Amino acid sequence: MALLEVRDLTVTFDTPDGVVHAVNGLSFDLEPGQTLGIVGESGSGKTQTALAMMGLLAENGRASGSVRFRGQELLGLSTSEQTRIRGSKISMIFQDPVSALNPYMSIGEQLIEVLTHHRNLKRGPARARAIEMLRQVRISDPERRMRQYPHQLSGGMCQRIMIAMGLLCQPDLLIADEPTTALDVTVQSQINLLMGELSEKSSTAIVLITHDLGVVAGLCDKVLVMYAGEVMEMADVEPLFADPAHPYSQGLLESVPRLDREDSGILRAIPGNPPDLVSLPTGCPFRARCDYAFDACTEHPKLEPFDDDRWKRCFLESRPMPKSSEENA
Amino acid sequence: MLNYSLKRLASAVPTLLILITVAFFLIRIAPGGPFDSEKALPPEIEANLEAKYQLDDPLVVQYVRYLGDILMFDFGPSFHYRDWTVNELIAQGAPVSFTLGAIALVLAMLFGTTIGVWAALKQNTVADYATMSIAMIGISVPNFVMAPLLVLAFAIGLGWLPAGGWDGSVSRMVLPSIALALPMIAYIARITRGSMIEVLHSDFIRTARAKGLPEREVLVRHALKPALLPVISYLGPAAAAILTGSVVIERIFTIPGIGSHFVQGALNRDYTLVMGVVIFYGVLIIVLNYLVDLVYAWLDPRIRYDN
Repeated sequence: MALLEVRDLTVTFDTPDGVVHAVNGLSFDLEPGQTLGIVGESGSGKTQTALAMMGLLAENGRASGSVRFRGQELLGLSTSEQTRIRGSKISMIFQDPVSALNPYMSIGEQLIEVLTHHRNLKRGPARARAIEMLRQVRISDPERRMRQYPHQLSGGMCQRIMIAMGLLCQPDLLIADEPTTALDVTVQSQINLLMGELSEKSSTAIVLITHDLGVVAGLCDKVLVMYAGEVMEMADVEPLFADPAHPYSQGLLESVPRLDREDSGILRAIPGNPPDLVSLPTGCPFRARCDYAFDACTEHPKLEPFDDDRWKRCFLESRPMPKSSEENA
Repeated sequence: MLNYSLKRLASAVPTLLILITVAFFLIRIAPGGPFDSEKALPPEIEANLEAKYQLDDPLVVQYVRYLGDILMFDFGPSFHYRDWTVNELIAQGAPVSFTLGAIALVLAMLFGTTIGVWAALKQNTVADYATMSIAMIGISVPNFVMAPLLVLAFAIGLGWLPAGGWDGSVSRMVLPSIALALPMIAYIARITRGSMIEVLHSDFIRTARAKGLPEREVLVRHALKPALLPVISYLGPAAAAILTGSVVIERIFTIPGIGSHFVQGALNRDYTLVMGVVIFYGVLIIVLNYLVDLVYAWLDPRIRYDN
């Protein structure tokens, strides 16, 4: 049985400007221990997908569809049932680690309360476990860090602490929402290495939300490319990177600067902006920005399987030809 | 931290000096004098009086002498209450004013924060809007209007409580302390609501929820302290508001505190009494603000550990 089965997940927000359709019928599976990368531009619904799974949507947000975790439906759980799962079976870490930690509480207090709450540990053993966890995420001098406050630590260290906090109860699933976006480049790679290492060592499955395709290539087993709240393409990492089937995936890959290509003259960007989520266009949401759009694209394409366990939402029969090589030659 | 508190303490000295200087010369500039009456005194008697109270020296000499006196905590004799020194008058009125002010402050904190947190949790509901509208009225109605209305309703109309006076009994404390506290309850409720709503939307509260803490624990352990910080920093100005408020309230309820001395002293050109009360108020506000800063620093580790 899959660890996580998301079926037709839809997230909407009531705003004064109208209903924002943040996630539109998202479906995917995640096996235990697997690492799934969710990529897409800002506003493609990645974060809202994660928050909906955690039951942490803003007050004006509504989630429908189905999110089954170990067979248990998460949507519509009572608050007390949710709190039993959160932080214990499913953990989440956030984009800005410094503001994600409580500035008024010591690191130790913030770690210990997870264990006293979920594991009914006394303070002593909880402290010992927290210190051990800090060691695992390579925090130097953990006893001293326990007494310190977030503002005394660097962003990278705060993110390590968030990761430690997420893994304290050995969850089945860790959702990491752009865990390195707010950090320096060198620190980014350290955190990514750490995440990779921890995912290999533990049986924790990871959903990694990012717009950094390099990180996905390095860490993930599976990729889900999101656009306007929908899956555009879903596949294992290697085939998708070697041979993107959707023009949007191709565009994302081409907009990554690369040193290993001879023709790396001009970095290609995808023209235009993502669609307005209040009034979604009919047909394929990527149509307006797609180089390959044709008559059929005024219909809304379905997510359909092809090859070996690959999925795409596109009418194109053949692969989009990479453009950069022709034009920059 | 120690360094910080010493620095803050040292900065109080020039503040106090400026306060004393401005007050000293202002009250002297005001027309009239302490011994004026309906009928002009014969010049020789006035001269004798002025000589007795050393008012015949040049103003600057009087100023320097006064500074010397207050260094010895001697605020001089009252010009109006002939048998009393200012020290005695303040010593007599201070406990009464303190009691009244402290009750009002505690009421304001207790009810203000509770109402504020409650309204924040009910954000954008009818209960929230109703509470905040009432609070707005509470802030807008000055206590010299509120006090007579309370007297009218509860003392004269319903006859539940005495209309004034002070004998240390609870029943006489109720109306004046409520009149004094009401605008502050309203103000604190509004600050608390605002800061609580802001805190509840912050990233670290989302983290606390993501950790699986029940909502009550999120509120008490994570949200309450940061939400109350603005209230703590308001306590300094609140103390000042209590003092100025008590000047009016003590008059209305005929309470023998320092506030009534302040008003009477100013009307009578009782130079020493006015100065004494001004300095007393000044020191009180400076000390309270200082304590508030210390409490704030103690609550907020980012200030506490500022190197």
